[in-house]
Amino acid sequence: MKFAKYLGASVAALALMASAASAQNVLRWTSQGDALTLDPHSQNEGPTNAMNGMIYESLVSRDADLALQPELAESWESSADGWTFKLRKGVKFHDGADFTAEDVVFSFARANEESSDFKEQATNVASVEVIDDHTVKLRTDGPNPILPNQMTSIYMVDKGWAEANNVVKPQDFAAKDETYAVRNANGTGPFKLVSRAPDELTVLDRNPDWWGEGQFPGNIDRIEYRPIANAATRVAALLSGEVDFVLDPPLQDLKRIEGAAGLKVTTVAQIRSIFFGLDQGVDELRTSDVKGKNPFKDVRVREAFNLAVDKEAIKRVVMEGLSFPTGIITPPGVLGNTPDNDTPYGFDVEKAKSLLADAGYPNGFSIQLDCPNNRYNNDEKICQAAVAMLAKIGVKVNLDAIPKAQHFPKIQNRTSDFYMLGWGVPTLDSHYVFQYLLEGEGSWNATGYSNPRVNEITQVIATETDLAKRTAMIDEAWDIVKAEMPYVPIHHQVIAWAMSENLEAPIGADDALRPRFAVMK
Amino acid sequence: MTEHTEDVSGKPPSLWARILDSDITYSFLRTPSAIIAAAITLLAVGAALLAPWIAPFNPFDPSQISLWDGKLPPAWAEGGQPQYLLGTDNQGRDMLSTILYGGRLSIIVGIAAVCLGMVLGVTLGVISGYFGGMVDAVIMRFADVQLTIPGILLAILINGIGRAALPLEFREEFAIYVVIVAIGLTDWPQFARVTRGATLVEVNKEYVQAARVIDLPGWLIMTRHILPNVMRPVLVLATIGLALAIIAEATLSFLGQGIPPTTPSLGTLIRVGNEFLFSGLWWITFFPAIALVVLVFAVNLLGDWMRDALNPKLR
Amino acid sequence: MFAFILRRLAQSILVMAVVSAIAFSLFNFVGDPVNNMVGQDATREDRVRIRQELGLDDPVLTQYVRFLGNAVQGEFGLSYRIKRPVDQLILERLPATLELVLVSAVIALVLGITAGVYTGIQRNSWFSRFILSSSLVGVSLPTFIIGIALIYIFAVYLRWLPSSGRGGVVDLGWWKTSFLTIDGWRAILLPALTLSLFQTTMILRLVRAEMLEVMQSDFIKFARARGLSERAINFGHALKNTLVPVITIIGINIGGLIAFSVITETVFQWPGTGLMFIQAVDFVDVPIMSAYLCFVALVFVIVNLVVDLMYFAIDPRIRIGAQ
Repeated sequence: MKFAKYLGASVAALALMASAASAQNVLRWTSQGDALTLDPHSQNEGPTNAMNGMIYESLVSRDADLALQPELAESWESSADGWTFKLRKGVKFHDGADFTAEDVVFSFARANEESSDFKEQATNVASVEVIDDHTVKLRTDGPNPILPNQMTSIYMVDKGWAEANNVVKPQDFAAKDETYAVRNANGTGPFKLVSRAPDELTVLDRNPDWWGEGQFPGNIDRIEYRPIANAATRVAALLSGEVDFVLDPPLQDLKRIEGAAGLKVTTVAQIRSIFFGLDQGVDELRTSDVKGKNPFKDVRVREAFNLAVDKEAIKRVVMEGLSFPTGIITPPGVLGNTPDNDTPYGFDVEKAKSLLADAGYPNGFSIQLDCPNNRYNNDEKICQAAVAMLAKIGVKVNLDAIPKAQHFPKIQNRTSDFYMLGWGVPTLDSHYVFQYLLEGEGSWNATGYSNPRVNEITQVIATETDLAKRTAMIDEAWDIVKAEMPYVPIHHQVIAWAMSENLEAPIGADDALRPRFAVMK
Repeated sequence: MTEHTEDVSGKPPSLWARILDSDITYSFLRTPSAIIAAAITLLAVGAALLAPWIAPFNPFDPSQISLWDGKLPPAWAEGGQPQYLLGTDNQGRDMLSTILYGGRLSIIVGIAAVCLGMVLGVTLGVISGYFGGMVDAVIMRFADVQLTIPGILLAILINGIGRAALPLEFREEFAIYVVIVAIGLTDWPQFARVTRGATLVEVNKEYVQAARVIDLPGWLIMTRHILPNVMRPVLVLATIGLALAIIAEATLSFLGQGIPPTTPSLGTLIRVGNEFLFSGLWWITFFPAIALVVLVFAVNLLGDWMRDALNPKLR
Repeated sequence: MFAFILRRLAQSILVMAVVSAIAFSLFNFVGDPVNNMVGQDATREDRVRIRQELGLDDPVLTQYVRFLGNAVQGEFGLSYRIKRPVDQLILERLPATLELVLVSAVIALVLGITAGVYTGIQRNSWFSRFILSSSLVGVSLPTFIIGIALIYIFAVYLRWLPSSGRGGVVDLGWWKTSFLTIDGWRAILLPALTLSLFQTTMILRLVRAEMLEVMQSDFIKFARARGLSERAINFGHALKNTLVPVITIIGINIGGLIAFSVITETVFQWPGTGLMFIQAVDFVDVPIMSAYLCFVALVFVIVNLVVDLMYFAIDPRIRIGAQ
């Protein structure tokens, strides 16, 4: 009897819970990997920034079309020595504190700390000057026409909260303990953190006191994020209705998802190119059977590699049609990409073979291909396909596919002979690509490629203001690169999102979910 | 090992004659399930070992793979091509060939792991039983402790440690050896226990006592006289162990901790295929899974029968 | 009695010592721990400072003793990947694993004992034979294949149950449970079933064997002779007598469940300790691997100790440990 009563009570409680949940618009979504931390200045990584961007806000942000939008700043104007921002008034942090100019000063200082991962962007600001409570001037060393572009992911943190919780500095890699900010958050954004279990479940609730309340189409009351590492399981979760949105559905499952009742797929060309790098800098490759010389120093070998990779087959079979084969390592939409240089090198096994023979490798050689297995769309599968394609010209490739956390250091430390890399261009300008990937000293240029003219152009266009001259130089540099082939371009990526038909979420070329624009029916 | 087989077969009646004449053969011929199991096992092992000669393609040779042939359904399904009987995987590898080669890897890893466990276990078991005392106590304590931990967990742990210990660039290259060692190391206690038991019985027999009296060296007594007498129960254990080892390998590979996808075993194939299950490419998972289950079931059936027929006490 | 317990205790401590030595050595022979903690742009001075702070220049034995001291307090340092204290990570994920194991254990015991008793009594019915032969198939099915098949049937094809995760979790402050919501129960069903299947077949076979043996015993024959009903004999006498060994099986059963939970958790993306371990191996996250190793060893040592003691309590005649 007692038991029956208890049972009755719990059933009633369950029913209550269920009805409470269904009264709201709950957005349940998933992706491959969780945000690394909620500390907004600790890790500059796409998924982390996207998650933090729901809770925290920056002065200037981008909408789904990547156009600049006022966020915590209502307007801004440039002068010779910096930029002046008018701050939005009446903005409160989730804990009730007011957002003022002091917080901007503090946030830039925090983003400039040794342990911050946003130093590169934050150092563009030499100092922050408080004009009044709602006006700040960000001083720069010399004119910087694109400063607002460079600070869209520098989030504003409350000074008082950070001091009270001892998180004045971002979480340090070498720290022995996690800081308070890793699992607690206090932003100004449209969603408040309710609970955070890393790699398990993160719950955010609508912030009723948000400044933008009523100005945006979004009607989400609650966000539940649950990472699912396994791709098939993610799709299963969407198919069975456990989640409403999958950020990164596997491409091969898109047809099935589109065919399923109540589900849809949206796609957009991503500002990201995928390519292989060839180390032509070292005198002897580390993983090759060719000793005493480096075959990649010979442009014929590099051309052979370019001709041997069948980008069209990769598109059709590996990418399920969702990619744009290319001959350049930067995508359309970026200044410098032209229909001409975007054309792939073509696919010609016979010519590739004869080029290899001319270069002195009629029987090919062996080499290791380093590849990430959890970063780009079907990254490992593209590499596997490349292994088979290169085998047809006699190059024996030993594939080493590892998680991105271990793959990227190989590139940054320049210890890879032959590797896969993808590159996005947030500034939509070729300079960003030259600076990192083609300039001799570029921090992500593990090819060892260094062409004096390209290096020079990289320097000059940083400050060149004559647009016609600048564009001509960018074209010139790309022509050189196109001829010298330090990389093997494969394709530009396409972003695909899968979601319930009840959900309307604008897809962005930066692959970030913007819940303030998401509408649930 | 060769030494003792020579020795045994030299004795009249020969080993074969004894086997043919035994109650085992009798039991075998009267147990249809055993015959079927043996047939399937032989077929599977044969097909796997002969894979390089009977498979239509060599899926481990990248120059034979054409990406354009990827994701084709089985020959009888719509869109299938006759040269790919069971279809192709996402890389354009012929499924039938890949299963044959993958099964070969699974069986080789299974056998190698069991052999490692057997050699280790039998050696330690004989030593333990022959010498007794402290040696015996230490070895058997270890065996006892290890027996309380399920093999698969131990294999996962050892394999995980082994992989972590390898530098990244060698991980794929040496993955197969790590797997063999991990599974082999989890296998030895059963062998050690059985061998020790049998050794204790033999040690007290007169001929061993006599051999000791005439000062034959210990290793000679152990290999010549004791080993041949413990081989029967050890063989039963090895058969049962083979099924477990094949499952263990498949499990590790499924967890992404085993054989790499460039030279897939059955477990790796199932893992890779699992990614395509929802996109309707069922054949990449289904056929390897069936192959694995049939193989393990047959070996298990055989093991079950052998256990009953050879030594009811092991039950 | 005392000697026996002491011996078992000593043995357990020995096991923990060996395991902790392995766990400790992981830190040292798997990569440079400093490299795993600092970014690659760290200066030489930084590295030296961290080496000193971590005491990596001390003699190995000192380091081991320090590791032991920390380990006893549950301290294994920060995860290389998630940058959070490992003991917290494990404690957070423990409820998920334990709840999964609990539900599986209940399923395995109920199904296993029921089927075992049935096949033991109705030895020759076709249903018994069916159960027995399908149990052999069950042994041959790797756990992950069962999991995939269940997901495909119930989550993707029929869409009855979720395929992954814990569903609705209620946070009780110190424990996150999925027992309080319908979603939680729906989510635990498939993984628990997958995990229990192998154990079910094991228990089934054991109970059946026990049952057959008891039914042959004099004790049952006497009961029959006294004219007791079949029902009374089966349930009142026979079953009661088979339960003694079955209870001790439960201990072993829990060990097996924890072992196979690694696989089940990976298939169903169940956010427990096993999944965490597999992910840690992928990323060579040594602190988590090391802690999980010690944790699992501890669980097994405790379970075994309890089982041994139960054996002892139930049947004093057993002198385990006597050669």
